[in-house]
Amino acid sequence: MNLSQSFRLALKSLATSKMRALLTMLGIIIGVAAVIVITSLGNGMQQMMNQQFESLGANIIQVQVYGMGMGSSRSVEPEDMYALAAEYPSYLSGITPSVNLQTVVRVGGEEYEQTSVSGISEDYIEMSGDTITQGRFLRYVDVDRARNVCVIGAYLSQEAFGGGGVGETVYLSGVPYTVVGVLNASSSDVSEGSGDDCLYIPYTSAMRLSGTAYVSGYVFTCPGRDSAATAKAIIEDSLYQIFQSSDYYFVLTSAEMMDAMNTMMNTMMVVLVAIAAISLLVGGIGIMNIMLVSVTERTREIGIRKSLGAKRANIRSQFIIEAGTTSAIGGVIGILLGVALAGVVGSLISSTMTGTNATFTAVPAANSVLTAFGVSVGIGVLFGYLPANKAAKLNPIDALRYD
Amino acid sequence: MAHLIELRDVYKIYQMGDETVHALDGINLTIDEGEFVAIVGQSGSGKSTAMNIIGCLDVPTSGTYHLGGVDVSTMQDDQQAEIRNKMLGFIFQQYNLIPKLNVLENVELPLLYAGIPSGERRERALRSLERVGLAAKCKNLPSQLSGGQQQRVSIARALAGNPSVILADEPTGALDSHTGREVLAFLKKLNQEGDTVVLITHDNSIAVQAKRIVRLQDGKIIYDGDASDPRAVVQPMESGDPVAPDGTFSDGEVVV
Ligand SMILES: Nc1ncnc2c1ncn2[C@@H]1O[C@H](COP(=O)(O)OP(=O)(O)OP(=O)(O)O)[C@@H](O)[C@H]1O
Ligand SMILES: [Mg+2]
Repeated sequence: MNLSQSFRLALKSLATSKMRALLTMLGIIIGVAAVIVITSLGNGMQQMMNQQFESLGANIIQVQVYGMGMGSSRSVEPEDMYALAAEYPSYLSGITPSVNLQTVVRVGGEEYEQTSVSGISEDYIEMSGDTITQGRFLRYVDVDRARNVCVIGAYLSQEAFGGGGVGETVYLSGVPYTVVGVLNASSSDVSEGSGDDCLYIPYTSAMRLSGTAYVSGYVFTCPGRDSAATAKAIIEDSLYQIFQSSDYYFVLTSAEMMDAMNTMMNTMMVVLVAIAAISLLVGGIGIMNIMLVSVTERTREIGIRKSLGAKRANIRSQFIIEAGTTSAIGGVIGILLGVALAGVVGSLISSTMTGTNATFTAVPAANSVLTAFGVSVGIGVLFGYLPANKAAKLNPIDALRYD
Repeated sequence: MAHLIELRDVYKIYQMGDETVHALDGINLTIDEGEFVAIVGQSGSGKSTAMNIIGCLDVPTSGTYHLGGVDVSTMQDDQQAEIRNKMLGFIFQQYNLIPKLNVLENVELPLLYAGIPSGERRERALRSLERVGLAAKCKNLPSQLSGGQQQRVSIARALAGNPSVILADEPTGALDSHTGREVLAFLKKLNQEGDTVVLITHDNSIAVQAKRIVRLQDGKIIYDGDASDPRAVVQPMESGDPVAPDGTFSDGEVVV
């Protein structure tokens, strides 16, 4: 009935005392802005991590076997794992043994300490989705005969061989390896330590190089994220059958890792938002304070309105609308400020992140913006209720006599 | 037929610490439709208290008050608000316009609380402003008007809701004598057009403009009758109030 008038009156009284209005809204503005910044940066972080996982391969299952050498008489051979993958082709789409080497790559006089060196099988390239730009990838015969050949990433090719590399020699722990292929760059950012700073040799050759008799690491792929859990169960079942204990192996899917990271991020965000929400509470108390002052200042107006027939509900809604309008405007300012701040902070962060293949952008989620707005209006109404009720209950003659 | 206003044995007693103040001390008063009644009396005699009760702004300590045949003396806050809205129009000494609202919005207020839709509200408020000759000022703020104009706006506001009774508490108190006479003439005109007017004043020269005078003293009615009767304007000598010999605080006739 008198909603539009109450609304207009509220705007009018905010406009006549802008400084006071701003100070009243400050708590809400800061609280809402903080919530928006935190959630935007958090969302950006989560997106970045997901991107990174995606580029590593979202459907990867890593298997570590420590049965051998830990007292178990049983062991797992690469053939067992290949057989397992062959048995469940709809869950295990690819497999390669994986031997990580802590060795430094030397080309001529240069040493490349950051380059990751792994021993894998010829199937690896299909699983990782990499492509060859020069030469060829490792072949079955390279693995079978444990040849000293390697495939290098884009970084080594550019740095050590000026973009080429096929036919050249690199040294791993003093052993010469012949480069047979060069991989395409996987991202625009080819730098030291990035995903393109890598070198692959046959796993059989890697075992000889490190002097181990057993393969302890395997990488499987599954066809999709949905099949990851089943695939993991299949692998674990089979390993349990071999070892009769779950202590000798460890199976981790990248989906699980991603979920764990996301859970951690969410928990952190909830804690931070809760801290920011304290500011909203303080803002609400600020609104209540100013509304109490306003009710006292306008006692006579309330008396006049009552003498003209305003009921309690009319007076109450007038003041509640005023409080709600104040906090809603504060909320909108806070949202704008928060989005702007998140953008600035986001671009600062992403400018410090050159050297990785992930991009960071602050992402203000629509639902957190709406929630922030709703919460700020809610706080205004909640904290405006007490002063509004006080106004509504004023006795008309006392209010008329007041000055 | 029932009277429009009917007060029966109305008492209003204030407890001030150990002291009890009988602001109204057994009032019996009836006012019919179309009357023009002036309630007079010295300061503190209970005029405003009586008007607050007649205006449904307050309830009597004891006794009954029927307005338009309905007992309103025991009503709740919100019910009284509705009665004020539908049946009563107030004119105050201090105009009591809301400073932040313009003239039209001020006049619209009683219609707003009556739940009248905005188009009709505006139209009726404008018509009411036309009656007091201020339709041209409808977009002005009260502070941009003279005292007399503000009082006319408050009259327009009192008339807007088509009330059964117009209650005016010292409506000329803050105005110079010329503007005061204008306002009074307007109230007389309203009464001639059929409105019931209850006027509160301590000024005999104003009171005699009414058809009927009710004189209060110490919360009691000491005269109720025709305005032309000399007793209506006589200052009763047994008054307990200390009256300065020079008549400064006298209730007696003051020529304006
Ligand atoms: N809220 C109150 N609390 C205590 N006493 C009150 C209250 N309101 C009025 N009174 C007392 O009641 C008596 C009548 O007051 P009232 O205001 O009706 O006088 P009045 O005739 O309107 O006087 P005036 O001409 O000065 O306006 C006075 O003695 C006053 O002190
Ligand atoms: Mg008075």
